[in-house]
Amino acid sequence: MAFRDDVRRIRAIAWKDLTTERRSKAGFNSVAALGVTILVLFGFALGPDAQALRDAAAGALWLSALFAGVLAFNRSYQVELESGALDQLLQYPGPRWVIYVGKLIANSLFVGLMLIIVIAVGIALFQVSIPAAWPSLLGVFALGAVGLVVLGTFYAAMASRSRAREVLLPLLLFPMLVPVLLAAISASKALLVGDMMHEAGAWIKLLGAYDLIFFVATLWAFEYVIEV
Amino acid sequence: MTTAAPTVEAPRPARWPVFGAVSLAALVATQVFSFLTSPPDQNMGQLEKILYVHVPAAWVMFVCFAIVLVYSLRFLWKGREDDDLLAAAAAEVGAIFNGLTLVLGMIWGKPAWGVWWVWDARLTSTLVLFLVFVGYLALRAFVEDPQRRGQWSAAVGILGALNVPIVWMSVTWWRTLHQMPSSMRSMAKIYWVGMFANFGAFLLVMAYFIRRRYDAACTVRAAEHASQAAALGGLD
Repeated sequence: MAFRDDVRRIRAIAWKDLTTERRSKAGFNSVAALGVTILVLFGFALGPDAQALRDAAAGALWLSALFAGVLAFNRSYQVELESGALDQLLQYPGPRWVIYVGKLIANSLFVGLMLIIVIAVGIALFQVSIPAAWPSLLGVFALGAVGLVVLGTFYAAMASRSRAREVLLPLLLFPMLVPVLLAAISASKALLVGDMMHEAGAWIKLLGAYDLIFFVATLWAFEYVIEV
Repeated sequence: MTTAAPTVEAPRPARWPVFGAVSLAALVATQVFSFLTSPPDQNMGQLEKILYVHVPAAWVMFVCFAIVLVYSLRFLWKGREDDDLLAAAAAEVGAIFNGLTLVLGMIWGKPAWGVWWVWDARLTSTLVLFLVFVGYLALRAFVEDPQRRGQWSAAVGILGALNVPIVWMSVTWWRTLHQMPSSMRSMAKIYWVGMFANFGAFLLVMAYFIRRRYDAACTVRAAEHASQAAALGGLD
């Protein structure tokens, strides 16, 4: 029974966050626009040679998603800081981790949607041809996005309530995400050229293990972070 | 006075300056010893002398970060403020030794490899570790409330330590053409003696640094407690 209550709470928090986003829209639109803008800038930095663009596509895509994602994570707590919403949220019954999981779900949808836009634009801009193994590529994107969102949501709980949230979140988050970036970029790159060396599988496993380890660790640590 | 959580007390005067002088003397002695006893290396010549600062610095860095992990966990478990201050002191000292490891490695790399930096697994993961702990120290600098600062930085320290093996693995895979770990296995005994002697001296210096940093942090906290108590009118 208690577990079902927790699920209901998680759903309520995710729904609340998504409703706020849906009603304002400005947040999502600007974050997605920023992702596309960064992608265009990468095009300027690396192009216009078509082959060079294609080689760098995976890296440019992931970095654009990362930079845009950082804004989304801070936003997710920023709305809670207005008029003491977070204090209110903490006073409701139920364990703390449901707040984390609820926000995780909302942020995953937010970042996933943004990623779809960035990928679509990236495929066009960087002249990437869609490989036969596109379902695996989709899996890589999903696993990479989960890693990004898990740590992003966790660190934003601290950074957004500190004095220097703009600089603190990327400073904490980016070094921690090095394995996600390496794995996601390497796997995407390999799959885009047909995965001749069969190396994508190992990277996908690494991504899965990373996601699992840090999901459990952040779930445990969230209570210590949110209650003070 | 109310019996709140146990507060940090100002450190009592102790013989730490003596300990510091002894550590420094040990460091100088082991350096001189290893310089005099070690013959020039067959391939590297006198360049091998960097072994006696670079490798101990790297090991001490790991010792520091292990201390951060242990005391962060203990702080979350028991909630004693001095554990948090000790973890923070170890993180600061660890970041110093981490930076030292990187710089010394680069100084060695330029003549040995001809470049300041290669994207090799060791170098890259050491750099990532450095960035993680710079983030840890930045977080501490930007949060005032001691309880919040303690719990947040403990979480960041634990997750950072958890990430070390994963970073190492991913960077190793990424750089499949990394070179052999620097000729450790084929090293003559006399080099080992010099290296371990220096590691011992480095450990003493590390203990001294951490202790003094911890004492300073305790003094600051004790002063804050006293001024709070005075403001509440509870001080006699």
